Amino acid sequence: MTKQQANWSPYDNNGGSCVAVAGADYCVVAADTRMSTGYSILTRDYSKICKLADKCVMASSGFQADVKALQKLLAARHLIYQQQHNKQMSCPAMGQLLSNTLYYKRFFPYYSFNVLGGLDSEGKGCVFTYDAVGSYERVGYSSQGSGSTLIMPFLDNQLKSPSPLLLPALDAVTPLSESEAVDLVKTVFASATERDIYTGDKLEIVVINAEGIRREYIELRKD
Amino acid sequence: MSNSGIDVPPKGGFSFDLCRRNDMLAKKGVQPPSSFRKTGTTIVGLVFQDGVILGADTRATEGPIVCDKNCEKIHYMAPNIYCCGAGTAADTEAVTDMVSSQLQLHRYHTGRESRVVTALTLLKKHLFNYQGHVQAALVLGGVDVTGPHLHTIYPHGSTDTLPFATMGSGSLAAMSVFESKYREGLTRDEGITIVVEAICSGIFNDLGSGSNVDVCVLTKGHKEYLRNHLLPNPRTFVNPKGFTFPKKIEVLLTKITPLKEKVEVIEGGDAMEE
Repeated sequence: MTKQQANWSPYDNNGGSCVAVAGADYCVVAADTRMSTGYSILTRDYSKICKLADKCVMASSGFQADVKALQKLLAARHLIYQQQHNKQMSCPAMGQLLSNTLYYKRFFPYYSFNVLGGLDSEGKGCVFTYDAVGSYERVGYSSQGSGSTLIMPFLDNQLKSPSPLLLPALDAVTPLSESEAVDLVKTVFASATERDIYTGDKLEIVVINAEGIRREYIELRKD
Repeated sequence: MSNSGIDVPPKGGFSFDLCRRNDMLAKKGVQPPSSFRKTGTTIVGLVFQDGVILGADTRATEGPIVCDKNCEKIHYMAPNIYCCGAGTAADTEAVTDMVSSQLQLHRYHTGRESRVVTALTLLKKHLFNYQGHVQAALVLGGVDVTGPHLHTIYPHGSTDTLPFATMGSGSLAAMSVFESKYREGLTRDEGITIVVEAICSGIFNDLGSGSNVDVCVLTKGHKEYLRNHLLPNPRTFVNPKGFTFPKKIEVLLTKITPLKEKVEVIEGGDAMEE
């Protein structure tokens, strides 16, 4: 008598890719806008990027219902923080909060692959990358989602953080200018769209710097 | 014979020896490989007033990754017969090449132009024989002495004869266009327009299909293979400045361990014989 298996799954994968790149005084967060299920497209115009605080933006791919729930929770917690501390949450603080929130559901996870991007309290770019249960690390750049296996090696090649084995430890943020970083992100998505069926339609790019947050859209292949 | 390992079946073809092992592994929870190179695919065919038009997209996928952005899915069977293939790429290639050779031999034997029903029967016999394990779903079309013909062939060996047909993961998207726009007695240009629209519908709405549109027009005594008839998906962004790639390999650590000499060299030994 074999063990009874579930005949349904609570999860679905809506596909898509996210990227974040940290610079000396800016941070670029980008994600495609395609939402799919199986071999079908649900919509070509869905934003995976959410502003959590003044200088802190999160991009998430995976199961968008779980992503929505997570965004709602974090927004509520941020509101409470603002009322208790009379200031906005910094990016590293939000990073820790996200990690704790994800681990809280360790045994029924949010199927959400996140990258958090923003400016730290000194005004330098910071990027945090997560797995589905909250393991996180501050890095100079990261990608998550269905196209991440295509994107990450190219980012490694162009932006390579010096190896952690080399001493003294060198800073992970890229020396590229803001416009060069945005061009890099556009190229990376155009290439991922060629080879990953779940990435495409439009690219949403969010740039955070001392002046504030600005948004840019470019067209991608729609097939 | 007793030590030869897995025996090759006497007449060639599939060996099912490992099925029991696969069942046992599956019960233990081992997943079989999930992504063979399939052609995702949208393929279509329609009959118009002078003959048959076939259409196909050009994307080949391995799971969620595109492995070929511009492959050819409209295969040659005979000068007057072409076949579109969906399903496992190796299967569609192999089966169409095999039947194409058989048809050529048959033409030499009979001295006549091949008929579409001949190709149909050869294909369906082969596929039925392999009980669906050869995963090829085909749209066969051509014009012979008896007129224009269009057929669909399913992996298990069943066939349909239709005025318009679609197969592949994008078949529903394409069929919705055909059902709305098809009518009898189309002209060549109208037919091509509808075929291109159906394939584009598959390309943009089905994730398993994409890239370009191939079209093949078959009429009595004449064929037109329009490879890449439409290219609706150009690359959207090319970095104007280009990229530089580091030539040097980063050295993390250098450690040289000299090996101890174990061989004694005797000076002035005998000279080697010629």
